[in-house]
Amino acid sequence: MHIQIDEIAKTFGATTALHPLALNLPSGALVALLGPSGSGKTTLLRILGGLEFPTSGRVLFDGVDATGLTVQERRAGFVFQSYALFRHMTVFENIAYGLRARPRRTRPEAAEITRRVTKLLDLIQLPDIGQRYPSQLSGGQRQRVALARALAIEPRMLLLDEPFGALDARVRKELRQGLREIHDTTGLTTVFVTHDQDEAMELADLVVVMSMGRIEQVGRPQDIRAAPATAFVREFISA
Amino acid sequence: MSDIPVPRAATEESRIVRLVLILLAVGGLAILVAAPLIAVFAQALSDGGRAAVASLAQPDAWEAIRLTLIVAAVSVPVNAIFGIAAAWAITKFDFPGKTVLITLIDLPFSVSPVVAGLCFVLLFGSHSLLGSWLIGNGYPIVFALPGIILATVFVTFPFVARELIPVMIEQGRAEEEAALTLGASGWRVLRTVTLPNIRWALLYGVLLCNARAMGEFGAVAVVSGKIRGETATMPITIEMMYNEYLSVAAFSMAALLALLALVTLAIKSLLEWRYADQLAATRRH
Repeated sequence: MHIQIDEIAKTFGATTALHPLALNLPSGALVALLGPSGSGKTTLLRILGGLEFPTSGRVLFDGVDATGLTVQERRAGFVFQSYALFRHMTVFENIAYGLRARPRRTRPEAAEITRRVTKLLDLIQLPDIGQRYPSQLSGGQRQRVALARALAIEPRMLLLDEPFGALDARVRKELRQGLREIHDTTGLTTVFVTHDQDEAMELADLVVVMSMGRIEQVGRPQDIRAAPATAFVREFISA
Repeated sequence: MSDIPVPRAATEESRIVRLVLILLAVGGLAILVAAPLIAVFAQALSDGGRAAVASLAQPDAWEAIRLTLIVAAVSVPVNAIFGIAAAWAITKFDFPGKTVLITLIDLPFSVSPVVAGLCFVLLFGSHSLLGSWLIGNGYPIVFALPGIILATVFVTFPFVARELIPVMIEQGRAEEEAALTLGASGWRVLRTVTLPNIRWALLYGVLLCNARAMGEFGAVAVVSGKIRGETATMPITIEMMYNEYLSVAAFSMAALLALLALVTLAIKSLLEWRYADQLAATRRH
């Protein structure tokens, strides 16, 4: 799905989180929103997912205005920073949640839900953990379960907030590869937020560098490296 | 030969300190909790179990028990629902006047129950406009069941909310948000995510609220008018009997009231024991 951000701005009371900004995310791209904390990248991601609403501006999905769509109508697969797995449910129930929450006429039958959850567990290469609780999983496993849960609703796009933030370096490397593979298999437009320039440069097709609620530069990793648009970008990517 | 000190964890106190602390705790519990409880039951049974039961079977005593159970059965669910709503509003949303609401929730803890009772008498008594209108239409509040329930709801107001707020703050909004992005409606999120996550805190809050609702004296004493066999709840009946030197009857009812509290505690312990694994699994992510 092709995402257009048209002069989106966001203020919380007296503080401005996002100055009006425009951005074009081509269908099927793997995009990194890169910036330090307070740069507005998470706010932008939450606006895409329908968890925040912009003060002004529009969001277009495949050219259709989606600004007024509720979070449920957006059908965005969202992976939260601390994964936000439902702690009182098993992994199976977590992944099945979105399918079971559908209205009766579009809800798959129990056998079909089981089939889809099993398939997703295979996709994240954790076929045997369906009956475990989130507290019994490692950080890397939780992250993959969160990804499977987001994919279960057949999302129109995948949004990830610092997906590798809470993991140690070795697991991060593995999961980066995993996300790349899942992105390539599903072909979903994928946006992830990160403050780690290595992660953004290595993984993304398109990097959006943000600072203080503004976009500093948009480009392919190699282009940003070769020609940083501003002093901030030069400094940030060399850090 | 040199003395090698016994290795000891940094947080571990010396033997003498530990002994003093344990004695203090055990002694305090024995004097303040165990002894009075034993005394109550001993007094109640001083003329034998049959006399104690007979005193509880008196019509006035029976009416007091019935009244207390009705009051608890109404005020606990009311405060459970209100507590969930208040805790939800305070922890999941930002709105102007939030600190005022938090202060208001705590108000019943800081106001003397007697004062609270007097406020209700002023508001709904026969001297007030509202009160005389209600009485004229056949709905007396003060010196009747509605007043007792109102006073009890007021006094037990903070228990559930106070128990839930820290838990809900610690859990944050992320799980609810996740459920919303997965397509769940607000009602479904409440049912399948929020309530299951707070069920233990809710249970503790309800048990505390129930204990206080059955035991409340001050506020109820003022609004009920202490009409024997009509508006006298268990704690008030106990006081009246005690003042009339009916010590077996007074202590029998006191023992029953204590027993009701002990039963709720036992239920709580039983549930904790039965669901220990689940508690451990859900407490930390």
